[in-house]
Amino acid sequence: MTRGERRTLLIGLAFISPWIMGLLLMNLYPVLATMYYSFTDYVVMARPIWIGTLNYREMGTDPVFWQSLYNTVSYALIAIPLGLLFSFLIAVMLNQAMIGRSVFRTIFFLPAMVPFVAVAMIWLWVFHGQFGILNYGLQLIGVDGPNWLVDERYTKPSLVIMSIWSVGGAMVICLAALQDVPRQLYESAELDGASFWRQVWHITIPMISPVLYFNLIMGIIISLQLFIQPYIMFGPEGGPNRSALFYAVYLYENAFSYGNMGYACAMAWVLFMIIVIMTWLATRSTRKRIYYAGE
Amino acid sequence: MVMMLHRLVYLHYYTALNRLFRALLAAFLVVFIWTAGCAPHRPTHTEDGRILVRYWEKWTGFEGAAMQAVVDDFNRSQDRIFVDMLTVSEIDQKLMLAIMGGHPPDVAGLWSHNVNVYAERGALTPLDSFLDRAGITQDDYIPVFWDLCEHRGFMWALPSTPASLALHWNKRLFREAGLDPDRPPRSIAELEAMNERLTTVRIVRDGERMEIPFSELTEAEREAQAFTVLRMGHLPDEPGWWIPMWGFWFGADLAADDRTITAVSPENLEAFEWIQMYPRTYGLHNLRRFGSALGAFASPQNAFLDEQVAMILQGVWMFNFIDRYAPHMEWGVAAFPSVDLDRLPDVTIVESDVLVIPNGATHPKAAFEFIQYVNQRDPMEKLVIGQRKFSPLAETSDDFIERHPNPHIETFMELAQSSGARYEPRLSVWNEYRDEMVVAAERIFSMRVTPEEALSSVEDRIQRRLDRVMHRWDLIRDERLREWSEYDAR
Repeated sequence: MTRGERRTLLIGLAFISPWIMGLLLMNLYPVLATMYYSFTDYVVMARPIWIGTLNYREMGTDPVFWQSLYNTVSYALIAIPLGLLFSFLIAVMLNQAMIGRSVFRTIFFLPAMVPFVAVAMIWLWVFHGQFGILNYGLQLIGVDGPNWLVDERYTKPSLVIMSIWSVGGAMVICLAALQDVPRQLYESAELDGASFWRQVWHITIPMISPVLYFNLIMGIIISLQLFIQPYIMFGPEGGPNRSALFYAVYLYENAFSYGNMGYACAMAWVLFMIIVIMTWLATRSTRKRIYYAGE
Repeated sequence: MVMMLHRLVYLHYYTALNRLFRALLAAFLVVFIWTAGCAPHRPTHTEDGRILVRYWEKWTGFEGAAMQAVVDDFNRSQDRIFVDMLTVSEIDQKLMLAIMGGHPPDVAGLWSHNVNVYAERGALTPLDSFLDRAGITQDDYIPVFWDLCEHRGFMWALPSTPASLALHWNKRLFREAGLDPDRPPRSIAELEAMNERLTTVRIVRDGERMEIPFSELTEAEREAQAFTVLRMGHLPDEPGWWIPMWGFWFGADLAADDRTITAVSPENLEAFEWIQMYPRTYGLHNLRRFGSALGAFASPQNAFLDEQVAMILQGVWMFNFIDRYAPHMEWGVAAFPSVDLDRLPDVTIVESDVLVIPNGATHPKAAFEFIQYVNQRDPMEKLVIGQRKFSPLAETSDDFIERHPNPHIETFMELAQSSGARYEPRLSVWNEYRDEMVVAAERIFSMRVTPEEALSSVEDRIQRRLDRVMHRWDLIRDERLREWSEYDAR
């Protein structure tokens, strides 16, 4: 490295030093600190006491931990595929030439702009067993709707329905990718007599597969960290029979309400490992099916 | 030549720009490092030289205004200290973070149930030496409120505004049901007998739709539970804020001492069997349907104010909501009936807002002067009348009750002074214990499990947690006790 290059490097580093400092102080240090605290009995105010792997072992025998994990994973397994499917289908529909297309695009994207707290408050009323608009609609077609938020069988489906309502963000990403698919591919498929759905299957999906993959990974991360909606709608106890106690809610309660910060740190690491494993599995299983134009 | 001149000018400007850039960069780095590494400057005195006491309080609205008036009086009463009150939401969590960060306020308004948890974590300043010097003793207070501020033999707080709970009943509905409107139930058995007369249901009998009291249903109709509940006499989960502690009215203790959980005591089992009696008698589906139609607490649709429920357990603050949303309601207040009037008279739950000095406060002595001022008779009465509560002090002015807007304030005061006054167990794991009990109550009410199964599960789980907390306490106890006893206000 010449003197000039070194100087340029130093100037460059100086320019990004606020970001580097921020990363080290606000991200790296807390992450490393939680690793240490996860092996301690830590109640925030008092000094941490080293207890080895007790926090991790305790999770194995904590039924509430397992229930929160079950709730979160079962929600994710339903919400992620449905979210991907709906965001893709809506994007495909909104990519068609039709009157008022931009208005429809705005309408479908709007729910993604609503703050999570407001979303939770709105849906509390939508799902209301007696006065909710959803049950009113069901009644019009002769169906006696359930008590969505009080009956433990319907708490997680309620949250899945809410997540589908908010697919606007993923939809916009899909829509942007759809507009990049070369037109000539569809033209040649049409000449070969391919139907609309065959074009979707053989051209659209492969061509926007990197974006679908991105939405999948983001879906995994967001679903496993779901916090605001269940916390507001079902409180820290997690609703009827804890059927809506999500992992992040239980983690938060341990950290800030029960004073079990060490246990909460251990839970955070377990969640991190679960996300890493699920992301790795998703990457591995989709590797051969993703098409990158440059490769 | 022109090229050379151009190059010289270019180099000149380049060098100047380079210098400017370096100067800016250096200035930026200095500011960045300074702001990253140093705490923001917080003035400790006002511009006119008075000690600045920062006071965090949770109250807003008329309760906040009442406290602000007392703060203003204190600031006017002397010229050495100035108290600056700031309203802070979720104060129990934010205060903990502020203490950890080394920048706590000088005074904070917490709840009495925070005292033991904060104290045990070393987050508060012990007040014993302050109290000795000021000559403040237990005799100055209603005993239970002094107890709420004590933990492990040390005093950590002084009360600000206390509260007790009582039965509120709707006299008009009593009259309508043929009951004496001035005679509330005195035992759980009486409560349930009245409940059946006050509860109104809609039923189809012989092809005719009718609205009748539950007590007029036939045995077969009761068993079929094919009715719609229109009004309830009483519901244990409305509003359900104290559902983990219903056992107090049956003689239960939720903990034998600071190391032993007693969720599965016979008395507590009896309490939760009473709770499960409701869905058994009135039908789970009917009660859920009825419960889902009840409005928010602080609204005219409140179940009690809207005459949907005739009897409720509520605190001294309920008067504020009656006054605002149902000023014409005819209502009475009495001790909530226990299972046995002779054995368990005047049972109530008491709690209190308290003032504490966080550990690390800049001006603990000045902070205590303010707390001491609030705990004098006149400022305290101004505060509690403003907040429509009652005084925690043993002595009140002669006309306190006449001046108080709540016509039933005396009942709340008597309940707080009675031998039946109980409070949340002073356990470090109480938050977790309470949440577990709420979940257990929901499972019991939904008839998924028996009270014994639900409460055993709570006891096992919380006892394990408590054992761990006590193990930690045993490790640090001697150090903590020495630290606290050596603290001197001087």
